[in-house]
This record gives sequence, C-alpha cells and structure tokens, in this order.
Amino acid sequence: MGGSLNVNHLMFLGYGALWTIGLSLIGLVGGGIAGFIVALCRISPNRIVRLLSVGYVQLIQGTPLLVIMFLTYFGLPALGVTISPLMAAGASLTIFVSAYLGEIWRGCFESVPKPQWEAAEGLALSRSQRMMKVILPQAIRIATPPTVGFMVQIIKNTSLASVVGFVELARSGQIINNSLFEPFLIYTIIAVIYFALCYPLSRFSHRLEMRSGPARIELEAA
Amino acid sequence: MHKVTRTDSVSPVVGLSNVHKSFGSLKVLNGVSFEVNRGEVLVLIGRSGSGKSTALRCIDRFETIDSGEIVVCGHRVSDPKLDLRALRQDVGIVFQSYNLFPHLTIEENITLAPCSVKGISKTQAKEQARRVLAQVGLEDKLHQYPEQLSGGQQQRAAIARSLAMQPKVMLFDEVTSALDPELTGEVLKVIEALAADGMTMVMVTHEMGFARGIANRVVFMHHGKVHETGPAAILTSPATPELAQFVGTGL
Repeated sequence: MGGSLNVNHLMFLGYGALWTIGLSLIGLVGGGIAGFIVALCRISPNRIVRLLSVGYVQLIQGTPLLVIMFLTYFGLPALGVTISPLMAAGASLTIFVSAYLGEIWRGCFESVPKPQWEAAEGLALSRSQRMMKVILPQAIRIATPPTVGFMVQIIKNTSLASVVGFVELARSGQIINNSLFEPFLIYTIIAVIYFALCYPLSRFSHRLEMRSGPARIELEAA
Repeated sequence: MHKVTRTDSVSPVVGLSNVHKSFGSLKVLNGVSFEVNRGEVLVLIGRSGSGKSTALRCIDRFETIDSGEIVVCGHRVSDPKLDLRALRQDVGIVFQSYNLFPHLTIEENITLAPCSVKGISKTQAKEQARRVLAQVGLEDKLHQYPEQLSGGQQQRAAIARSLAMQPKVMLFDEVTSALDPELTGEVLKVIEALAADGMTMVMVTHEMGFARGIANRVVFMHHGKVHETGPAAILTSPATPELAQFVGTGL
C-alpha cells in the first residue's frame, strides 16, 4: 500500500486535468448552442415561447447541478436508457450551462440600446436581419467578458462529474489519494491545477471588461 | 374591405384622421388630424408631452394607435395586417440620438439596408452611399466609424443612411436637440437642401427660427390635440393665446 507520489501519479492527474478541460469544452459548446437558443426564446415576440423559456431557466437555475447529474446518470437508466458517465456529465453540464448562458446573453441582447433596434426597424430590415446584422454584433461585444467569466464556473463545476464516476481532475485526485493517503498534498495539487486553469480566464475576462464599456473611452483618451 | 389605391399625386402622402392614443391612463393623442401633401414640409411643434413626437412615431408605426386612421403613401398604417417593411421602405426616419450602428463604418451603415432589403448589388450600394454622403457633405467620412465623427456629422450620416433607401417621405424627430448651436446649423442646412429638392417631410423641432423658414405648414400640438395650424406665418402672428405663449417662450 502507498508508496510516494511519482511521475505516474502526476501523469494520471494530468490526464484527469485534460478530461476536465474536455468536459468544460463540451459544456461550453453544448451549453453555448442551447443557451443561444434559450436567449432567443427569452426575447421572442411570442409570449408562449417566452414563458416556456423562463420556466426552463427558473427550473434549471433552481436545481443543483449535482442533482441534474444524478438524474441523468442514475435516473435515466431507471427509465430504461443507459448512459455512459461522459454522456451523463456532458448532457448535465450542457443543460446547466444553457440556463445560465441563456440568461446572461438575454441580458446582453437587451442591453443593446433600444434606439438601435428602432433604427434597424426604421430601415425596413427584417427581424432576422436586425438580429444578425445589427443586434448580435453589438451583443457579442457586450457578452464576451461575462461569458469568459462564466467559463470559470463551468471548469469548477465539472468537478461534480466525479459523483457519476467520470474520471476528471477531482476524481483522479481522489483515486490517487485512495492509494497514497496523502490528502493534504494531493488536494493541494488539485487546487493548484484548478487555479492554473481558472485564473488566466478570470484575468482575461477582467481585461475584456476594461476594454469595453465606458472605461474604454477613458483608456483611449489617456 | 376596399383597397386604398396609390394615387400619390392627388391624395396626401401622409394623412392622419381623428387619431387617438393612450399610454395606460394617459391620453397622448386626442383626435389628431392633419395631412401632408407631396413636396410639403410639415413642422410639428408644442411643449414636451403635447404628443408631437408620438404623432410622428405613429406615422412609421413605432407606436400603434387606439382609434382613427393613418394612411401613409397608400399604406393603411392603422391596419393590423399592414406590411410593416413595405411601409418602412417608403418612410425614412431620423432620430434625436442619431442611432448609427457603432460596429459598422459609415459606408456599411448606409449600404446595409439597400443591400439586405432592396437586394441591390454591393457596387451599386457603395456608389449610392458616396452620392448620399456627398449630399450631406461627408464624402470623406466613408470609411470612418460613427464614434470618430462629431454629433453633427453623425446626424448628417444618419440622414444619408435614410436617404439611401429613397424614401417617399422623411420623418425627423427632434434631430438637433442633442447638438450645440454650431452643429445644429450644419444639420439644418442639410434638411433645408432636402426641402429645396422637394422631399416630403414631417418634423418635430424646437428650432422656431428654422421652422419659420422651412415649414409649408405648422401644426401646433397642445394637450394631445392640434390646437392651431396654418402656414409658417402663424408663428409670428399666432391666433391662439397658447401658441402665442409657446412661441413667446420659444424665441
């Protein structure tokens, strides 16, 4: 039993970290696509579509990600649908991320000043032309800092996938600790790796925030 | 249902009859009627809250009305089945806050609608952009972004953007209210040139001197009604005490 931390352990952790990144990307891409649809539904002219999407967002935001993971991984097989840990974790994150990004992006769409929508309408552009050519390009600028910031949340939340047996960074740390039994050392390493993944994103998000918005004018004037 | 035929030369370009409109319990338009004929400049004046901007916005269906009828270039604006995009191809509107699209150059701002709505070619649209920019004296700003322009230049570019759609009537909603006197002058000059070219226009303005010079007809709005209307001369010799008081304080 035991032994000390060696290169194999570190490689195992590195492998886990790669899966953390992979799962984060699945959550970002899947949740991003679904979230975009949610955001469009939230500002739809159709009242029923709006109500349904509000309901979806409230439901998901009111449910812990852990419970969503349990439901997809343990709940679905009970209904006869078997699902791998990767698929369960990916699907759960996608659902979770879509509700949050959808709400963040709805806010970004709505923070494009109303006169911009009116000017586009006044030029006889169709709804989709207004969205694609006038509103979306401006909304993307507004959305970039909070979206990059939210990626930090996605990365940290992938650690919950360990409960369905998916071996990402946190789970690989647990496994190593089970054989080495050096929790302080191992979990410190895990924490450092998470920090190394998240901190650059936080910094980047902050810099983007400084570059857009009113602060930008001051920077350029200086 | 009878179809409104397009006899532009005879029927007015813009016609409001007995228009009523409330925001909640607030009555904004209380039976407003006026007409604008081809080539005419109609100036809407009145205190803040008198309903003049709302009346203007109803013409382009930015506000819907509760009752009455509005016909613009043959489109029945009050009809719920109105083809909004067809209406807006015939009507150009310029706002107080310019509302150029900040992520596009001046040229792209101008060519966007002609290309996407009318489907004309990029080359043709660029040609036209140069022409309308020359009309407002900004031919050298083609490749600049709105934020690189002064307020007056932005407003002239916004006028050019509307002109590129070759509207049959132009609406101006307090287009100089955000500008200092010097910049106001350069925008008003552009509008005067448009009027001289025979463009049909409806404008809301607080520039009384300008209104006197350009208006074929003045409509003074008061408490959601057309309180007094007539040629520009009513600004110098008003018939009602309310207009007298308004121009008295306005000058």
